[in-house]
Amino acid sequence: MHLKLSPEDAAFREELRTYFTTEIPQEIRDAVAQRRELTKEQIVTAHKILNKGGYAVPHWPTEWGGRGWTDLQRHIWHEELQRANVPLPLVFNSSMVGPVIAAFGSQEQKEKFLPATANLDIWWSQGFSEPDAGSDLASLRTTAEYVEDESGARFVVNGQKTWTTLGQYGDWIFCLVRTDPDVKKQAGISFLLIDMTTPGVTVRPIELIDGGHEVNEVWFEDVQVPAENLVGELNRGWDYAKFLLGNERVGVAPVGATKRVLASAKEWAGDLVAEDPFLAARFVELENELLALELTALRVSANSADGKPHPASSVLKLKGTELQQAVSELVVDIAGPGAIASGAGEGSDLEHWQARSTPAYLNLRKASIYGGSNEVQRQIIARTILGL
Amino acid sequence: MDFTYDDEQQALRDAVRGLIGKKYSDFETRRQTVAADPGFDETTWSRLAELGALGLPFSEDDGGAGAGPIEVAIVAQELGRVIAPEPYLTSVVLAGGLVADAGSDTQRAEILGALSAGESILAFAHDEPGSRWAPTASKVTASGSGDAWTLTGVKEPVLAGARADTLIVSAALPEGGTGLFVVDPANTDRTGYPTNDGGRAARIGFNGTAAVPLGVGGDATSVIATGLDRARIIAANQAVGAMEVSLHATASYLTSRKQFGVTLNTFQALNFRAADMYISLELTRSIVDWATMVLVEGTSEEIADAASRAALQTSRASRHIGQEAIQLHGGIGMTAEYSIGSYTSHLTALDHLFGDGNHHLRVLAGKVGDHADVDPLG
Ligand SMILES: Cc1cc2nc3c(=O)[nH]c(=O)nc-3n(C[C@H](O)[C@H](O)[C@H](O)COP(=O)(O)OP(=O)(O)OC[C@H]3O[C@@H](n4cnc5c(N)ncnc54)[C@H](O)[C@@H]3O)c2cc1C
Repeated sequence: MHLKLSPEDAAFREELRTYFTTEIPQEIRDAVAQRRELTKEQIVTAHKILNKGGYAVPHWPTEWGGRGWTDLQRHIWHEELQRANVPLPLVFNSSMVGPVIAAFGSQEQKEKFLPATANLDIWWSQGFSEPDAGSDLASLRTTAEYVEDESGARFVVNGQKTWTTLGQYGDWIFCLVRTDPDVKKQAGISFLLIDMTTPGVTVRPIELIDGGHEVNEVWFEDVQVPAENLVGELNRGWDYAKFLLGNERVGVAPVGATKRVLASAKEWAGDLVAEDPFLAARFVELENELLALELTALRVSANSADGKPHPASSVLKLKGTELQQAVSELVVDIAGPGAIASGAGEGSDLEHWQARSTPAYLNLRKASIYGGSNEVQRQIIARTILGL
Repeated sequence: MDFTYDDEQQALRDAVRGLIGKKYSDFETRRQTVAADPGFDETTWSRLAELGALGLPFSEDDGGAGAGPIEVAIVAQELGRVIAPEPYLTSVVLAGGLVADAGSDTQRAEILGALSAGESILAFAHDEPGSRWAPTASKVTASGSGDAWTLTGVKEPVLAGARADTLIVSAALPEGGTGLFVVDPANTDRTGYPTNDGGRAARIGFNGTAAVPLGVGGDATSVIATGLDRARIIAANQAVGAMEVSLHATASYLTSRKQFGVTLNTFQALNFRAADMYISLELTRSIVDWATMVLVEGTSEEIADAASRAALQTSRASRHIGQEAIQLHGGIGMTAEYSIGSYTSHLTALDHLFGDGNHHLRVLAGKVGDHADVDPLG
């Protein structure tokens, strides 16, 4: 056991810090710091700059832009991005579909999609959930029927996906579809890539309780998808989805971002911290829990074998989202009466962070619901770790 | 001690539920109502006036109905059950309460008469950028003497401030203390905007704006403090109504939503959490009912203590119930179209109107050495 970063890792961290704080436009990093909603352009710009430096997909196979970093280096990368208020590389591209195509896709798919995915020339959406398939994802019903005739081999897709995050920006969507209705439900699912400009694809916005429009319904009506867009083997989609969801859970504990908001909160609270021992105590509790979580993340990343997610990554997801939510709750409380003024505009005398505090708090209720809800994480801990 | 409503109170509850519960029984109606200015339904407001609900706390001489806190609490609970956007809490309970406590005979008759009749909306402009639920003002200052005063500074956020026909404004007095003034909003600089829960607030700027002292004038800090305590207790009643419906909606969702081929109530862990929500609700109902009764006959000190205790418990419970309600609904709980998230949003707003749980925890902690035990029958 030893505590310090090695000189190489320390130098590595310094290099990232410099790149992130000098290359990513200040106004984008300010928007993140002020918890503003980012525009599509801001996300794309930041992602492309990261990719130019080799920092968008460092965990991919080196052939496709990966950097062959250690898990600790990946951890440092993730933390430094958040510390510098850099928007994270688009998760659908870098953590979800990219690694799946790299691991299971055909050579043609790799060549066609991976460079464009790494550079966010294609914006991917995740089409997994359906109205009746949430936690129970395997009961999804969107069908893809295989057809082969004079106009070629293709799938005809029908059904509805929901909760598609930022689907309004999506160029392509990776979907789980039912290709065999007659077998055990996990065994009849395939992983399909669909161009969202194909006729028959409709995206409809869903308004959330913070007033934002970040999720959508996506409808498929007789959508013709070339057979070559099937990833891997027919009816093996569930395996690829499990691989993807495992990746999704790594780095899900947003320790860096939460620490940053907590540090901002201290600034926003100003003299209140010194005047109010209860508030000070809440800061201390949260700081300490975040410390424990960060150290757990370090322990897990130092020990994860051959890139496979450590079983304790459920701890990171669960506790990480709880702390993220708790810090957002603290900010609402610090905002005081200003916390209700979410609609305050430019002429307001309230601080922007006050007006943003409640929408941010309400919006973050999602963190314990998606990506495998916290109940599902508890189930994983109970079953696979404790053997219950 | 008696925690039950008498026949008349029961009848009032049924009447208000008949009116407001019916109006907003379809959540879509509430959504459409808060989407357009003024953010509530003027017709429903008039109907509440016809029912006598707006004049409940005020004496008959002032144009009111001469009822009391229990009746007001009944209305608040009903409003909370459907998270009705009508500004009852801020206009009638808070601003109206201050006029009833401190206004001159003429002011009471004029202002409360019009308020009770549903002809005028009243707002209390008190919060200032940076202030935290204190009963005093500092950023808006008053100067003048006798009946001729002017105010300068900014109040924000002022609930129902943009729609209000008359403003009651707190301001720092030249010789110290905080005074209350009546101001015609036409002479102010107002910008309205929505609050997170679909309500309305405003920034109101005063620039040498003419103001008339409320009642005899002078330092009104203790009047404001009691007015805020009253509003806290009634807000807690509104929260109880909202929490009750949140819990029932959640329980019924658990019995209808299917995942893994079974309804969610098959999972004991979820049922236990719903049971915990019920426990939070019942404990809160008890302390809020008690605080409402203290409001009827307590001294201002007893009211202050009861208000803090009710607010602390309500804050904790509304976070617990609101957060769990969304979580147990899953994704659907995050959507604006489905009601449950709006309940949580409203509970969050109620929690931050007059001091959140931690604010009251601090207040109570400061006094914990003053007593050996807490006796509600004391
Ligand atoms: C803001 C947001 C963005 C999203 N983005 C995407 C996206 O881009 N792409 C995508 O495909 N999906 C996305 N999702 C969907 C998300 O993955 C699902 O919402 C999630 O899987 C939960 O499913 P559900 O909403 O149907 O809830 P349900 O599965 O109905 O769950 C309701 C409640 O019951 C609990 N529960 C369910 N089953 C059990 C059980 N067996 N034991 C104990 N508790 C249980 C849940 O934890 C939850 O608390 C998003 C969701 C949200 C809210």
